[in-house]
This record gives sequence, C-alpha cells and structure tokens, in this order.
Amino acid sequence: MVKRIVTGAHYGLRDWLMQRITAAVMVVYTLLLAVYILFHPVADYAGWKAIFGHEFVRLATLLFLLSLFLHAWVGMRDIFMDYVHSTLVRLALHVAVILALVMYAIWSAQILWSIR
Amino acid sequence: MRFSIYRFNPETDAKPYMQDYELDLEAEGKMLLDAILLIKEQDETLTVRRSCREGVCGSDGMNINGRNGLACVTPLQDLKQPIELRPLPGLPVIRDLVVDMTQFYKQYRSIKPYVVNNDPEPEIERLQSPEERAELDGLYECILCACCSTSCPSFWWNPDKFVGPAGLLQAYRFIADSRDQASNERLDDLEDPYRLFRCHSIMSCAEVCPKGLSPTRAIGKIKEILVKRTV
Repeated sequence: MVKRIVTGAHYGLRDWLMQRITAAVMVVYTLLLAVYILFHPVADYAGWKAIFGHEFVRLATLLFLLSLFLHAWVGMRDIFMDYVHSTLVRLALHVAVILALVMYAIWSAQILWSIR
Repeated sequence: MRFSIYRFNPETDAKPYMQDYELDLEAEGKMLLDAILLIKEQDETLTVRRSCREGVCGSDGMNINGRNGLACVTPLQDLKQPIELRPLPGLPVIRDLVVDMTQFYKQYRSIKPYVVNNDPEPEIERLQSPEERAELDGLYECILCACCSTSCPSFWWNPDKFVGPAGLLQAYRFIADSRDQASNERLDDLEDPYRLFRCHSIMSCAEVCPKGLSPTRAIGKIKEILVKRTV
C-alpha cells in the first residue's frame, strides 16, 4: 500500500460533545450523592444497602456508570490516537477497551441489582 | 551574561550539544536577539534566523529557558541565567537554532488560507461592516512564527495529521471572515478526530503566543460552530 498520510474521517464532534455531557452528568451525580451523605451519614453496610435499595438510586448510579464508561472510551481512544502510531496496535487496543467497558457496564448493572 | 546555546551541524556533529558563551553586556533595555547577534560576532558559525528584529516577521522563534518565544521581543533583563536557547521543539533541526518548518507550513496550507468567494469580482473592495471586521481581531495578527504549534504536545505526536494551533487559528480566521463563502467546506474539512479533535485544550499555545493571541479560543469557536451546525 502507498505510504500516504490520510485524514478526513469526518467524525469526532459527537465524541467530543459526549465527553463533555457525560462529565456534567458525573458531576451532578457526585454532588447529589455527596450532599445526601453529608446530611444523612451512613454508619454501616446496612445503611449503604438501604440507599442503594431504592430503584431510583440504582438507575441514577447506572446512568453515572454508563457516563463514566462512555467518558473513559473517548479518553482512552484519545490517548491511543496521541501516542500509539501503529494502526494495528491501535485497533487492537480500541477493541480491548471497548470489550472491557461493555463488560464493566454489564457487571455494574449486575452488582447494582444484586443488592437485596 | 551567561548563555548556553544548542549547537548542531548535521554535516560535522554526530549529536547535538550545548555550548556556553559569555557576554559583557548591560541587559537593561536590550532584547535577547541583540545578545544573540553579539554572540554571533564572537562565533560566526552560530546559525539563527532573524529578519525584522521587532516581532513582525516571526523568524526568530526559539525555545528560551524552556519556553517558546521570539528572541527579538524578549527583554534580556527578565531572563534567568545562564540563558538556555534551543530550537523550537518538535520540528527537525536544520542547524543550531534553525528548524525545518515544512510540516508546519503544510498544515497551514491545508486549511486553504485565503478568502473563497465565488461572487463576481466587485469594482471596489469587498466591504465589511465595522462589526464584521472586528470578528477578525485576535486572529489576523498571527505571524506564523510557530511558537504555539511547537509548544503543543498534540502537534509533537501527530504533526502530519493534526493541523495544530497556528493552522486552526488561521482556519477560524477565514471561517469568521464575512467575505468568505466556504465556511461549510472548511468545517467539513476540520471535523475530523485528527485534524481538529487532537486539541485537548491544554492551552500551551495561548500561554506562549508572542502576539498575545489565543488559538485555544479560536479552536473553541470552531467546536462551537460545529455544535451549532449539528445539534
């Protein structure tokens, strides 16, 4: 193949915007949780269980975690694009990160709804 | 005054080295370039680019005590000694403080740095209102000295794919120009994970710009227009 430098994939805006929006989601969740815990200090495991027993808290936490994983995907991809210049290695790393993050997403849902 | 200057002549040196120089000089009121020219009188093999010696041509961009800047507008008395001078980082060194700017200019050319207007040529100038003209302030002043792009890690890692702060500032200069009719094509060209989105807004470019411009702000504006166009 010709060794030509090519650019022009015409994407990137959506990921850039997503990284910012997911960051905002994470800030809101973290602040709300922190303020709640500040006013209702949790003493033990039973206390934590009570908080995460609420369906709403579970959903909000899942939203936070999904935001985290999407945010991490854009960030990790950026790091690889910056520093890893072999296309094959970069592709392999991208696939590895995507698989890991999807697994984390399923795993976190499983953990959240296993709290009884 | 003590100086430590990066020396490299690819024809005779295997590796670059730092050479020390001493000057008996009153620093007050003098610029760094004055001192460099006096050193060059001592040692005429020292190679450096300069032309206008007043911050307009952008030829004498170099790394001064770890920070990119123009030697001709850098006051000597503010610099910590020994004053360490190196070529602009990230570009191939031709000799001593002179770097090969080909890659930098290539990126600049890639953004089509000229007004694209398909209307019939008017008999007088293409007029702008004062407000439209004001849009170009903080953009048109760029002299392409490359201080910003060569202080940008994203440009160091991907100089062949990332346009770099200087090129992106210029790209926005034409997007913002009321006389230009190609902003959509310009945005299409920039909407790319490498060409535009290698910028992570770390603001090294705005920090070093000898003309006080902010490529980061210009890049932010490009992203803002892209969002407006998409959402």
